[in-house]
Amino acid sequence: MKLLIKGGHVVDPKNNIDEVCDVFIDKGIICDVGNDIELDDIESVEVIDATGKYVTPGLVDMHVHLRDPGFTYKEDIESGTKAAALGGVTSVACMPNTNPVCDNVTVVEYIKSKAKQVAAVNVYPIAAITKGLQSEELAPIGSFKFAGVVAISDDGKPVKSAGLMRRALEYADMFDVTVISHCEEMSIAEGYMNEGAVATELGLKGISNCAEEIMVNREINLAENTGTAVHIAHISTKGSVEAIRQAKQRGVRVTCETCPHYFTLTEEAVRGYNTNAKMNPPLRTDEDVKAIIEGLVDGTIDAIATDHAPHHLDEKNCEFDIALNGIIGLETSLGLSVKYLVNENMLSMSDLIRKMSLNPSNILGLSKGSLSVGASADVIIFDAQKEYTVDVTKFASKSKNSPYDGFVLCAKPEYTIVNGEIKVNRGELV
Amino acid sequence: MKKDLLGLQYLPADEIMTILKNAVKMKEIVLSDKKKINTLEGKTVVTLFYENSTRTRMSFELAADYMGAHAANITASGSSVAKGESLIDTAKTIDAMGTDILIMRHGSSGAPHLIAPLVKASVINAGDGLHEHPTQALLDLYTILEKKGRIEGLKVAIVGDVYHSRVARSNIFALKKLGADVSVGGPSTLLPRGLENTGAKVFKSVQEAMIDADVVMGLRIQLERQKSGLFPSLGEYNRFFGIDDKRMCFAKDDAIVLHPGPVNRGVEFSSELVDGASSCINEQVTNGVAVRMSVMEWLRG
Repeated sequence: MKLLIKGGHVVDPKNNIDEVCDVFIDKGIICDVGNDIELDDIESVEVIDATGKYVTPGLVDMHVHLRDPGFTYKEDIESGTKAAALGGVTSVACMPNTNPVCDNVTVVEYIKSKAKQVAAVNVYPIAAITKGLQSEELAPIGSFKFAGVVAISDDGKPVKSAGLMRRALEYADMFDVTVISHCEEMSIAEGYMNEGAVATELGLKGISNCAEEIMVNREINLAENTGTAVHIAHISTKGSVEAIRQAKQRGVRVTCETCPHYFTLTEEAVRGYNTNAKMNPPLRTDEDVKAIIEGLVDGTIDAIATDHAPHHLDEKNCEFDIALNGIIGLETSLGLSVKYLVNENMLSMSDLIRKMSLNPSNILGLSKGSLSVGASADVIIFDAQKEYTVDVTKFASKSKNSPYDGFVLCAKPEYTIVNGEIKVNRGELV
Repeated sequence: MKKDLLGLQYLPADEIMTILKNAVKMKEIVLSDKKKINTLEGKTVVTLFYENSTRTRMSFELAADYMGAHAANITASGSSVAKGESLIDTAKTIDAMGTDILIMRHGSSGAPHLIAPLVKASVINAGDGLHEHPTQALLDLYTILEKKGRIEGLKVAIVGDVYHSRVARSNIFALKKLGADVSVGGPSTLLPRGLENTGAKVFKSVQEAMIDADVVMGLRIQLERQKSGLFPSLGEYNRFFGIDDKRMCFAKDDAIVLHPGPVNRGVEFSSELVDGASSCINEQVTNGVAVRMSVMEWLRG
């Protein structure tokens, strides 16, 4: 199918494009980006008028839980990727804490083959660092590389032993596999929300900032000492931003991501024992939110990912302390980021797209995140100003655990194009 | 008519005073030969306790009985709770049986807040996790009022394991609202972060917290806390944070001593103090029944 996207504001940070022009797609590939593209055989071309809208590379979400295999009552590859498409996410990297755990090539193959059959967007498996996420023995990292795994992570848990993490970093570096660390020192993480005045008032045990920061510092030390690369998942505290900023200045090969909830919500959202404000790491304070935004602005934070973590209603509609951690994010990440970062003049649209598309693609070693001629045609079209009200009942995700229900956001993708195919048309799944 | 009593943090001062004033006549009933009024005649009061309790549950059940209600009790071990039923389902089941007042104790902070909007019955929080224990604080306030004649302007020292204490939280919320000056003291490992935001003054030595106090409130030390490394031993706790007649010298001469019980004698309080003239610990128990009667009348009378 031939597609011509006309008159949109094209933002492609990789190619320094930030202007009104056209994009021509044929056979699933970007064929031309330029002014007034003229085509001979115009009848066979589907033309999308993008006047007044942004046209950008599709988003790459490097931190998603698709829950498949094993927890498909929460989400599966089909529903999760439909949610991604509606959110403008054309590539997802899915975390291995499934059942069985993605710690072997068989599960990797299952995810890839199911994705081929049912996925609405590109799916890239992340496999475990350690067998069974148990922090005891390394999983077959070299074999993962050849099975198509884009990164390894024990996400949801830290690699408890510094010695084992060091070996993982060294071994993975040899195969050029990205290592993603969930930073949490468990011995001081026993709690249900951020430690501080709100937790004290609510009588909820608090999780110290240190639980995250001690581990961020450990990973930096290990990466620096061994000369390897490490990616830090979902940073939430001022201390983490500062540690990573300094490490980058020293030339340590460290990258990191944050999530929209860490720059749009604080621990105040927990009041009323709102289990949809319960996640790990927990929502922090105003000061942390400011530091996260500063980190995004000055480039310390490379990527915005969702940590899309679907849970069934019964797993959230219960006592706060037994409610499961996590929120869904695929269908709100662009809206939150545009509203709170771009429309608040914190980031340019180009910088935002860099953090939501090009950078995560680079960190995972993918060739996504650009509108380069010859690149696969993953493109989204959205209006950065047009407002809409979030309604979780309309989400494609099987789970509805979002704290943003009823929020007024903007930039809902009107078109999501994956490998040249229109997956979302006028805001609706095709 | 009020629906629930979930905590004192958001309960206006005049409502607290209404409950306390009304408890005066309830106490007369408790102390009389004929402990019977018909305020709750035909009503059903259920105590649903997910944590062990002797005094609080019995206090509520007697209060309900004195007021003419049917009282039934459910404990976590002898019920469908043991079969894995969710709290919401259990509460809805009890509600569907025509319960008028559901008295809940639960280990999770916020548990009664989860249930209250889902049931027709009035919910009384009899202790939720580390959060609130409003009727305990009300009986403490009642005792203070009875002994001191006022709350405003008094200095109240709350001493001990504040971190794990829902009694401390409810008391701090209410005492600050009623104009008392609240000082808190205890081992720094048992003082939660951000406690100053409640308006309480926080001290790491009990002596400092107790200076010129009109009321000294001790909190129970749970013996298992030592195992989590929060303090080295009960002996060391007593040495630095236990209160005896000697340490009481920091408080005012006519200071009273309160404790929610049960007391670990020789740990948080010396036996001499527990049994001494300044101790109001047994009267607190009597007042507890009166205050709980008053709360139930306030909700359903």
